[in-house]
Amino acid sequence: MLCATGRLLAATTLPAPPRGRGSAPRCRRRELHFPGHSEQPFCDFLAGRLTRPSVLRARRVILRRGRMPPATGGGLTGSELRARRGRCGPQTARPASRDVAAEAAAPSPKRSAVSSQRLEAAGRWALLALVTLLSFATRFHRLEEPRHICWDETHFGKMGSYYINRTFFFDVHPPLGKMLIGLAGYLSGYDGTFLFQKPGDKYEHHSYMGMRGFCAFLGSWLIPFAYLTVLDLSKSLPAALLTAALLTFDTGCLTLSQYILLDPILMFFIMAAMLSMVKYNSCADRPFSAPWWFWLTLTGISLAGALGVKFVGLFIILQVGLNTISDLWHLLGDLSLSLVTVGKHLTARILCLIVLPLALYMATFAIHFMVLNKSGPGDGFFSSAFQSRLSGNNLHNASVPEHLAYGSVITVKNFRMAIGYLHSHRHLYPEGIGARQQQVTTYLHKDYNNLWIIKKHNTNSDPLDPSFPVEFVRHGDIIRLEHKETSRNLHSHYHEAPLTRKHYQVTGYGINGTGDSNDFWRIEVVNRKFGNRIKVLRSRIRFIHLVTGCVLGSSGKVLPRWGWEQLEVTCTPYLKETLNSIWNVEDHINPKLPNISLDVLQPSFPEILLESHMVMIRGNNGLKPKDNEFTSKPWHWPINYQGLRFSGINDTDFRVYLLGNPVVWWLNLLSIALYLLSGSVLAIAMQRGAQLPAEVEGLSQVLLRGGGQVLLGWMLHYFPFFLMGRILYFHHYFPAMLFSSMLTGILWDTLLRLCAWSVASSRLARSIHVVGVLSLLLGTAYSFYLFHPLAYGMVGPLAQDPQSPMAGLRWLESWDF
Amino acid sequence: MLGFLKRPIVLTTDINVNVVVLTGVGLLSRLWRLTYPRAVVFDEVYYGQYISFYMKRVFFLDDSGPPFGHMLLALGGYLGGFDGNFVWNRIGAEYSSNVPVWSLRLLPALAGAFSVPMAYQIVSELHFSHCAAMGAALLMLIENALITQSRLMLLESVLIFFNLLAVLSFLKFSNCQKHSPFCLSWWFWLALTGVSCSCAVGIKYMGVFTYLLVLSVAAVHAWHLIGDRTLSNVGAVSASACMAVSVCVFCHLLARAVALLVVPAVLYVLFFYVHLILLYRSGPHDQIMSSAFQASLEGGLSRITQGQPLEVAFGSQVTLKNVFGKPLPCWLHSHQNTYPMIYENGRGSSHQQQVTCYPFKDVNNWWIIKDPGRHQLVVSSPPRPVRHGDVVQLVHGMTTRFLNTHDVAAPLTPHSQEVSCYVDYNISMPAQNLWRLEIVNRESDTDVWKTILSEVRFVHVNTSAILKLSGAHLPDWGFRQLEVVGEKLPRGYHGSTAWNVEEHRYGQSQEQKERELELHSPTQVDFSRNLSFMARFSELQWRMLTLRSDDSEHKYSSTPLEWVTLDTNIAYWLHPRSSAQIHLLGNVVIWASGGLATAVYTLLFLWYLLRRRRQICDLPEDAWQRWVLAGAVCAGGWAVNYLPFFLMEKTLFLYHYLPALSFQILLLPVVLQHVNDHLCRSQLQRNLLSALVVAWCSSACHVSNALRPLTYGDKELSPDELKALRWKNSWDILIRKH
Repeated sequence: MLCATGRLLAATTLPAPPRGRGSAPRCRRRELHFPGHSEQPFCDFLAGRLTRPSVLRARRVILRRGRMPPATGGGLTGSELRARRGRCGPQTARPASRDVAAEAAAPSPKRSAVSSQRLEAAGRWALLALVTLLSFATRFHRLEEPRHICWDETHFGKMGSYYINRTFFFDVHPPLGKMLIGLAGYLSGYDGTFLFQKPGDKYEHHSYMGMRGFCAFLGSWLIPFAYLTVLDLSKSLPAALLTAALLTFDTGCLTLSQYILLDPILMFFIMAAMLSMVKYNSCADRPFSAPWWFWLTLTGISLAGALGVKFVGLFIILQVGLNTISDLWHLLGDLSLSLVTVGKHLTARILCLIVLPLALYMATFAIHFMVLNKSGPGDGFFSSAFQSRLSGNNLHNASVPEHLAYGSVITVKNFRMAIGYLHSHRHLYPEGIGARQQQVTTYLHKDYNNLWIIKKHNTNSDPLDPSFPVEFVRHGDIIRLEHKETSRNLHSHYHEAPLTRKHYQVTGYGINGTGDSNDFWRIEVVNRKFGNRIKVLRSRIRFIHLVTGCVLGSSGKVLPRWGWEQLEVTCTPYLKETLNSIWNVEDHINPKLPNISLDVLQPSFPEILLESHMVMIRGNNGLKPKDNEFTSKPWHWPINYQGLRFSGINDTDFRVYLLGNPVVWWLNLLSIALYLLSGSVLAIAMQRGAQLPAEVEGLSQVLLRGGGQVLLGWMLHYFPFFLMGRILYFHHYFPAMLFSSMLTGILWDTLLRLCAWSVASSRLARSIHVVGVLSLLLGTAYSFYLFHPLAYGMVGPLAQDPQSPMAGLRWLESWDF
Repeated sequence: MLGFLKRPIVLTTDINVNVVVLTGVGLLSRLWRLTYPRAVVFDEVYYGQYISFYMKRVFFLDDSGPPFGHMLLALGGYLGGFDGNFVWNRIGAEYSSNVPVWSLRLLPALAGAFSVPMAYQIVSELHFSHCAAMGAALLMLIENALITQSRLMLLESVLIFFNLLAVLSFLKFSNCQKHSPFCLSWWFWLALTGVSCSCAVGIKYMGVFTYLLVLSVAAVHAWHLIGDRTLSNVGAVSASACMAVSVCVFCHLLARAVALLVVPAVLYVLFFYVHLILLYRSGPHDQIMSSAFQASLEGGLSRITQGQPLEVAFGSQVTLKNVFGKPLPCWLHSHQNTYPMIYENGRGSSHQQQVTCYPFKDVNNWWIIKDPGRHQLVVSSPPRPVRHGDVVQLVHGMTTRFLNTHDVAAPLTPHSQEVSCYVDYNISMPAQNLWRLEIVNRESDTDVWKTILSEVRFVHVNTSAILKLSGAHLPDWGFRQLEVVGEKLPRGYHGSTAWNVEEHRYGQSQEQKERELELHSPTQVDFSRNLSFMARFSELQWRMLTLRSDDSEHKYSSTPLEWVTLDTNIAYWLHPRSSAQIHLLGNVVIWASGGLATAVYTLLFLWYLLRRRRQICDLPEDAWQRWVLAGAVCAGGWAVNYLPFFLMEKTLFLYHYLPALSFQILLLPVVLQHVNDHLCRSQLQRNLLSALVVAWCSSACHVSNALRPLTYGDKELSPDELKALRWKNSWDILIRKH
């Protein structure tokens, strides 16, 4: 049945993966035959040889879909194949012979096939090289402009500097991305001295190009990756080219790749994971071979990378996970495989896709904590035990008195992570919010206003007077906490707390330590007996208000501007034991007591890892949008509703505006709708058991499988944002946008082929496809020419101004460039 | 023709005594001493308010759910002749004699009672045995939490009723599908599925979960239907036969789409229609709604705005309300006082007259729209309307100063511009008081500025700043009013930059003294206008979904993890004198075994699934189908009603778990019967299992009976007895200290 021509039988090779140059493994491909493809002129040149018909494979595919292979269907496919080949044979032979005829007078058919195949392989390589080159050229063009900090460079550049200076900091994202930025800066000779204070600051003599170049380098790989992914999914060069063009000519992708940001790094790993997953899927017919292992491992590594840069990496992990589950499900259903083999498959995936990424992920954290060993701005976010590891922190190698005594000056830290120290300052609660007394808050940073003196409730004598003996504070004692700077007592009363209405307000009250009975607190150690002493750092203590019986706690809510956006402290009448109402004593100063060393407290690595994750998650949840502030909504993104100002406001500034190329984005949007429509029509037709012609069958397989995978990627990278409560930005959409561009490539190529197929005349058919793809390519290129100032920067009048060259391009009123 | 007369008319009925008995017992358990306690119990205080609002026809907004549930409760009040006069302010308050407690509580109780026979029917429609079905009904009957919840004016039992009804009618429908599609009962059950789904959604948004479950099961069935080749008549050769088959499949799909998608959507809108028809008076929640909406209610704003001229003209006197209205709904305002020369932090100001946003009606909220080219402050005749894009000046009515902004930092938002009423004592700073009007919701660029309906932005001509409510409260010198600024970097449209005219009249008097008198007098001219239903519906719906209620901590709030293990309870009511009390407290045995059954089902299902994949069929095909469908309905029902709570950020209570629990109760007998039929290999094992089941059942009954005093609250218990009932340390049982 399989009487393919020699040319088609010849083993075909794929372009090697971009990273493993030279030694790249070659995947031999045996895939469904899509006869429609070989008809195209593009394919004559390049793509036709990517496919090789195999009915065996087709049967297996049908089996996998859980249907019996219809007797007629198989036969029909075969006969169709033969018929088609008969028809298109002469056509396909023509260009090849034309090429070869110039060189040799009368080559044997076989040799001509071999040499033309080499030529095509070279052509494919050249095309890949061209795509890569163009991508690099666009990303590196005018990379040094503007010579000042743009947008979030102020954060990530600063964090890179922290790595170079080895000072500890806190960020809501995992460390890998910033570590890589730091490394790039270090290697390129940046010394970490630039302050990265605010957007617009000039770099001057500081070397910043290394970091930008690194991000642009990773950002440039996105396009070859997308190209190869689409090529593998659709087996069609025009589709891949179209995808590559969409991404190359998208101003948004371009802008995002040109600055010191986490996004190019994140997208690099996401696309690498997608590509290696697709590659490894296509190696499925040769399990446990070297390329199979290679791609599987690479998938795992890229997953670790994606998660290590931002938690958004979880979405691609989810996608790979779903793909793996369906993969294993098929293997399990294949009765020709023994259970042992299935077990081997399962183990290989667990090793490469779970164990390996986890190990790598933890390794990045290990490096993070090893590198950052100096005290820095992030200390206060972490527990006291954690801080004792950081040199320069006052807990490092510190020694403090072990037991709490009256007269000690202490700081009190909430046990819940990322809440901070009990704090007070000279400002009063504003009118209308409880009593107008001094504010008490929690504050994450170290400050003199965090210091409190612990005193007996009934005497006001100075306990540090050397004539008095040292008296320790014991569990169950009634005490008074006096704020050291303002000499006011920690106080609570039956007024509602500022934000949590059902709790009581906590204030600072009294003059020079003289207050009233509302200043008395009973100090209790969790899970201890009465009469025990209280240990610094290690005792978990609660403060119970004597008069109202409530418990001192922090609600974790951010106070409005009158409270300097510190966190609310309340006294909660609910005695349930939660971390919010448990405190520990951190600093402890008492000259009358002997000091002990704190080295015993050093936490172990798993504890650090857990703690840093808790702090990151809380930090992420804390990024809430405020009222009266314009925030970007997920539904704005795919319609390219509004961009982000990277740099510059006025007409004299150098302005960069992150905005997707509207032609590309709206085409993507249209494609998703078209895909859903055509996909469901095809799926229903197949479910109905319609006898589709072989061409259509092949094309619909590409659309449903390849397109389906990409669509899943888009959905996974887009829809979860609707559920997120945190503040969102336009650039969060870009990973999804990559997938959506891939879908566009696959969809339009397939649709044009279907169109071409439905037109009977072969000449017309050919031209429909060529003209369609070419016009899409040229259209995006031209729109890039129009919109490129957005990415490469522009000076001059704003687009509202009719004199501006961009005036005609402000297609939506919400764009402000 | 009249052949039917020849035969006697015979009615054959078959009555399932089981169902009758179950209904009877269900009614007994739910209706017994329904009026006790004659006091406000827990959330009745909350739903009661809304019942009163319905009785008084006063508009309210409740973001907890659509209005259907409230309306059902109010129906009880209506039938009982309730006049709405009761102050629902405190849990435990005694009902006055005008409150028809029995009829108010009747509907939830009936819903709870009918859940019992429905559980029986669902299990038997799933093709499990009568014993299993009786088991399910028994568990439903003795579950203490369900009893408590259905004996009060609360909505959970009604929600559970409609959830179960939706599932039951869907099962009946799909059983009809097998033998006689498109028959009368097929249509009936299909329609009932859609109706009960939308009722469930109409009671609480939680109902969406069950609706989605039913929809997805229906979608899977429909997908099989599409692929069903028997419908396509294998022998069909001719094109017409093929066509007929496709039409048949299409009819099936269309009927489902109409019944399960269109009907619920229409009904849902209908609930709102009735809601808005019933509530036509203005009430306490008016402030949340837009001016246009308020004007459509009787009393309140409409009393003021009735008869205002529609089109704003040069010379109009208006009050301008901020569209966003957060943190407070407020009006653009100015007063004699000026900005302090130097702020607390040392920055300087223009020292001109303050412009603020003021949350109360005040004569200082009046502004006059002036044409920059003319001096008159009165409306010419005929009035010259203001259009989109016109440049205007805004004159403060009481002080006749012009609204102005300039490059001075605003008091609290330093990156925005200060907005002031211009005082000309600083020559170095000229007046910049021209504003270009932008109508945000215009249909064309020549639209006229309309009272109430138009949302407008004021763009400053010199600096292109936009007049915006920053939301910050000014300090004492600004009387704690809200700050208004000129936003230099407008990033897209935001409600805080949009304003609408609320009160409006054509200015008549040229003299300042007369004008002040005029401003103090109410508006007069006659004119009436109404918002269409769809506009009101969409606004109400939008506000309900976006209203962020203060997430207050509650003493009895709990987390989803505590529900499965029943680590929490809610004290609903305590007798004012004795120790009789009502708690929402589940039957421990049922909750524990329900959790266990879910785990067993999941494990068994996965095991069978993996084995079937290797072509090892432990179950015969029909048993497997039954097992899958039962799992999809019962275990799926539990999962969809429970798991989403982990993602919710609002305050959660134990009663949120009850819908999930009702599905779990259905799953229990299903799993037991499966174990009996397929896992017990010998008669001995079966006997053993039966003995175990009997023991388990009686222990469940025993627990139910032991907790009965806390369920009905009818018995005084001594402190020792109460302590004995505190089986878990986390249970909060109230013990009086004497």
